[in-house]
Amino acid sequence: MDKTNVQELQDVVIRFSGDSGDGMQLTGTLFSDTSALFGNGISTFPDYPAEIRAPQGTVAGVSGFQVHFGDHRELNPGDYCDVLVAMNPAALKANRKWLKKGATVIIDGDSLTEEHIRKAGFTTLDPIAELGLEEYNVVVPDITTMTKEALASTGLDNKAIVKCKNMFALGICFYIYNRPEDHARKYLDGKFAKKNPAVAEANKMAIDAGYNYAANTHQFANTYTVAPAKLEKGTYRSISGNVATAWGLCAAAEKANLPLFCGSYPITPATVILEELAKRRDLGVKTVQAEDEIAGICTAIGAAYAGNFAVTTTSGPGLSLKSEALGLAVMTELPLVVVDVQRGGPSTGLPTKTEQSDLAQALYGRNGECPVIVVAASAPSDCFHYAFEAGRLALEHMTPVVLLTDGFIANGSEPWRIPSMKDYPAINPPIVNEAPEGGFMPYVRNEKLARGWAFPGKAGLQHRIGGLEKDAVKGTISHDAANHQLMVRNRAAKVAKVADYIPVQEVYGDREGDLLVVGWGGTRGHLQNAVDELRSEGHKVSLCHFNYINPLPRGVREIFAGFRKIVVCELNEGQFANYLRAHLQEFAYEQYNKCEGQPFTVVELKQKFESLLK
Amino acid sequence: MASYNYTPADFKSDQEVRWCPGCGDHAILNAVQRALPEIADATDTPHNLFTFISGIGCSSRFIYYMKTFGFHTIHGRANAVATGVKTANPRLSVWVATGDGDSLAIGGNHFIHAIRRNVNLNVILFNNEIYGLTKGQYSPTSKLGKITKTSPYGTVEKPFTPGELVIGAKGTFFARSIDAEVNLTKECLVEAAKHQGMSVTECLQNCVIFNDKTHAAFAADKATRAEHTITLRHGQKMTFGANNEKGLVFENMKLKVVTIGEDGYTLDQVLTHDAHEKDTTLHTMLAAMKYPDYPVALGVIRCVEDDTVYDQAVERQVEEVKAKSKIHSVDDLLRSGETWEVE
Repeated sequence: MDKTNVQELQDVVIRFSGDSGDGMQLTGTLFSDTSALFGNGISTFPDYPAEIRAPQGTVAGVSGFQVHFGDHRELNPGDYCDVLVAMNPAALKANRKWLKKGATVIIDGDSLTEEHIRKAGFTTLDPIAELGLEEYNVVVPDITTMTKEALASTGLDNKAIVKCKNMFALGICFYIYNRPEDHARKYLDGKFAKKNPAVAEANKMAIDAGYNYAANTHQFANTYTVAPAKLEKGTYRSISGNVATAWGLCAAAEKANLPLFCGSYPITPATVILEELAKRRDLGVKTVQAEDEIAGICTAIGAAYAGNFAVTTTSGPGLSLKSEALGLAVMTELPLVVVDVQRGGPSTGLPTKTEQSDLAQALYGRNGECPVIVVAASAPSDCFHYAFEAGRLALEHMTPVVLLTDGFIANGSEPWRIPSMKDYPAINPPIVNEAPEGGFMPYVRNEKLARGWAFPGKAGLQHRIGGLEKDAVKGTISHDAANHQLMVRNRAAKVAKVADYIPVQEVYGDREGDLLVVGWGGTRGHLQNAVDELRSEGHKVSLCHFNYINPLPRGVREIFAGFRKIVVCELNEGQFANYLRAHLQEFAYEQYNKCEGQPFTVVELKQKFESLLK
Repeated sequence: MASYNYTPADFKSDQEVRWCPGCGDHAILNAVQRALPEIADATDTPHNLFTFISGIGCSSRFIYYMKTFGFHTIHGRANAVATGVKTANPRLSVWVATGDGDSLAIGGNHFIHAIRRNVNLNVILFNNEIYGLTKGQYSPTSKLGKITKTSPYGTVEKPFTPGELVIGAKGTFFARSIDAEVNLTKECLVEAAKHQGMSVTECLQNCVIFNDKTHAAFAADKATRAEHTITLRHGQKMTFGANNEKGLVFENMKLKVVTIGEDGYTLDQVLTHDAHEKDTTLHTMLAAMKYPDYPVALGVIRCVEDDTVYDQAVERQVEEVKAKSKIHSVDDLLRSGETWEVE
């Protein structure tokens, strides 16, 4: 096809949206993987309802997938979209607020029936006017009809044909942004060709039909290209946070030369980690899908006792259930990684939405003086690194580690330059193989204050441990007052000492200025983007983003002292801000907080920072 | 058969045993320490592989008195922790010391699921029908109407019969003994250890302080036990009584106690115990027999081999998938699927 009006763009945000059964997650994934393979920077954000098939045609049932692709590394999935694909009026209504001024809106004309419009809660029969979209580039192709016409010859039944309409929409987007179709075709072949080649063929025909429709209509006079990003040389892949977490745990096991054991119970949005690890029998991974969250952590504690690198994966309510057992792991000083993929809380809360409100639970949510290491990942791909770090710290320091990710980075994906395992350090847990003279003393500590790890099966090292307070050396039960005081302090000192074994805190930008933006975990992409924009406008703003929460890294005080104001931004009501107030009392902290189940937007962050800079 | 020549002393730790004087736990500890040398030989298990896991309660102090690897965990979770230990290292001989509160109340879920999975654990269930460590509250096995500190007017909830729960959860091994019957306990534990799959051995145990004589009606002394209990052995007739004059027959879909030579009943009509029968019907009925209507069944009631032993199946699967997969390292994994080069 001859394309004359091709414009080059730096970045584009597309939001695919429809009923939760319309296949929008697949459509979005195929578009983003195609763009990643093309070499663009990408960042994605699946935004879906808690119900598998929420009431059809309603705003509550809208499932969305946003992809941000550009000619540079994309730090976040973008606040607002350039193109909204809406498969029905409800999707249009739900996503109206995410449109950039003048954005292109593609809505399936066949869906604009009175029934659908009413179901979506419009008061008139003209949703486009009612939403004030006159100034937007609204295109209303009859996607369902055209899909039916294009696929009439396939011999499939009506239901199967209509299911392909998402691929028609994908074809339109492929045309507008000059994307190659080969990845999507290959994927469809892989998914359907064996079981149902006719379905694979029909889906591919629907992509072609959408592409050809877009080429022939005058409504897309301009098409666009987005050049590949100038990324560091290397081999890349697309990866989501949950898969990266699972693989980082595998990497820690390999570097520690220990089998990986995962005891878990399915829970949104953490389940994919268990699913991914269950596939990894090939790497010797043993997974137990336990009868409940408590059994998940308890089987993991048993496996840790028996000498495996043990992990349990969960989300907020699951962490609540694991609290008592986590205390047992603290008391018995066994290595254990607990992954908490945070979601909106409290209670069942917002299972499919993101939040950072489990920080206090991770830090304090247990009986007694019960410190654990807390680490947080800040992007889909760096879940690999921080899962590895969580493993390293647990195994070398003989303590549980809570790794916090969140629904946003767990489900989001981005291109990732694949590391080589030879660049990762060996992990050396203090495994005891032979009893020293005088017999094995389970609570004797090394230079890290970690106790020795002697697994059952090792001759001559038979010993007993448990949840009762232990004698500081022999490990036998002790109710002695002074011993308990000593042990409480030993456990705290061991965790505090980890600060000697993690990187010194870094600052992004200058070390002095008017405003220091402080964040932790999964908000990094949005915070950095907002800081970048303000810096390019000449403001003296820097970012201090935390991945190591407990203990805090060295060097924080020195960074904080260099700024006139500090603002702590987090998706909760101020849990990290209060933690900093307790640890670094000499500073005043401004806060920016949000609990809407959604990530920050760069726009709102900039507004807040600008007001603080005045 | 291996020959390690261990003695009970090899399994006694240096810790002072702190159960109350007269507590049935002492006898059970004694039986276990006497059984282990025989088990080591019968199952070719060296001392360093024995691992004892417990929950919380009087019985769970057990592990401190054993000179083996031991882990005193938290209330109700012993079976879950033990599942992790055994799955991580199937070569270990993993034992669980637990009570009626620990495994049938707070830990009921883990108990039935460990049984369902058929993890190759050996569970010793100390059943004294009371909460001892918290000083005398009713448990899920306390008899209906039992007066305790938390049921001053008598309980209004029916108890579990552990054997029914085990067999109902598709348990492959269930045995029952009485604390005072040290030899029988030992015999059951040796069979339990030899069994591939999860074994549950219930020890009817007397709490001398808070529930004294709860089992006394049928277990008080040797003479009473002869009349009111029946010790089942695979392949042997189900007879009992001081002179083996009584027997169990199956009539009208029920078990019935008869006297041999009376009412026309002969020894031929008395049932022969088949512990290996896969069908659970008769085993459930035997486990459910209650004094005074029936003698209480002791010995190995059910012992069925089943090739779906969880920890072994997991290990097998790992080997099978490893042999087939192209992914042998994390480097392989990271490069699997779709990748692209940036020059």
